[in-house]
Amino acid sequence: MTPAQRRNAFLIAMAGLLGFYLWGLTGLPGFGHYPGPYGDIVNAIAVARTHATGVVSAVNFDFRGFDTLGEEYILFVAATGVATVLRHLRSERDRAPTDEAKDRKVPPTSDAVRLTAVVMTGPTVVVGWWLTTHAQTTPSGGFQGGVVLATAFILVYLAGQYLTFERMSPLKVTDAAEAVGAGSFAAVGVGALVVGAAYLTDVLPLGHSPGAINSSGTIALISFFVGIEVAAAFVLICSELLEQTLLVREGGS
Amino acid sequence: MSEAHLAALVATTATTRIISAVQVVALVATAVAATAVVVVRRPARQVVVLSTYGLVLGALFLTFQAPDVTLSMITVGSVVLPLLLLLALAKMRRQEE
Repeated sequence: MTPAQRRNAFLIAMAGLLGFYLWGLTGLPGFGHYPGPYGDIVNAIAVARTHATGVVSAVNFDFRGFDTLGEEYILFVAATGVATVLRHLRSERDRAPTDEAKDRKVPPTSDAVRLTAVVMTGPTVVVGWWLTTHAQTTPSGGFQGGVVLATAFILVYLAGQYLTFERMSPLKVTDAAEAVGAGSFAAVGVGALVVGAAYLTDVLPLGHSPGAINSSGTIALISFFVGIEVAAAFVLICSELLEQTLLVREGGS
Repeated sequence: MSEAHLAALVATTATTRIISAVQVVALVATAVAATAVVVVRRPARQVVVLSTYGLVLGALFLTFQAPDVTLSMITVGSVVLPLLLLLALAKMRRQEE
């Protein structure tokens, strides 16, 4: 195929795509005009039914809790996959990092990066926990909170403390936290079965005042477990990749 | 229609118009940032631009009243994804040496 033919094929395909795209755009509802009934229904009943003022969390962890369970396990399986692919094979052995470019000086971590990382670590932990534990009251939730929590671990690494990072997140503990977080979400659903309700039904007391921290029953509980799972999953992925990058490994022995 | 209703309606319309201006700015900023990601050719710099793009896209979601998605976008798009890419780049550079 000559370049000219290739260009022509591309242009024809693009013209076709553009045509279909513009045709599709004409069928969209107008900007800001929501056509479906579900959003309006959820807006009308969510706070009264779940006592969660964070309606997005109410949708995520109650109305479509089963979907969220599936999404949760996507991340769980992804982290498991990374850990499996990057595991120590029998033929591999760790080698202490060696200086492969002795004539080149390793630039030290700059004071600015180190100071920023140290200053940010505390607030990041607080924000992460706050997001994880306030899904029922404000727009937040376990996923966002979990990622922010994992960021705190990465900040420690950025501060030049790889060893501290490793000690703070030992593989076994991270693994266990991830499994406990993911399993507890599923277990909360089973709890509803035990009392005779459908899977993942919010069977816990909802609390008296919507928007209070102790309201919304299982929504807050699930968000907490999701936070644990997500934080552990991201720390696991990062530490596996950091290990790959920082430690030189070689096959055969 | 009562006066109170009318006032509420006017207030809504006014708010909508203000938000729309902010939304246009956010949309343009997103287009600029997305183009910048493609225009920058050196991977390490591209990652930094991609991180900024994540932040801008988060701001776009905020102007469209989706704070939940904003939080996810900022944490994943401007922190975790660039970090993973940087680690991959470091790994590749090590292999090249």
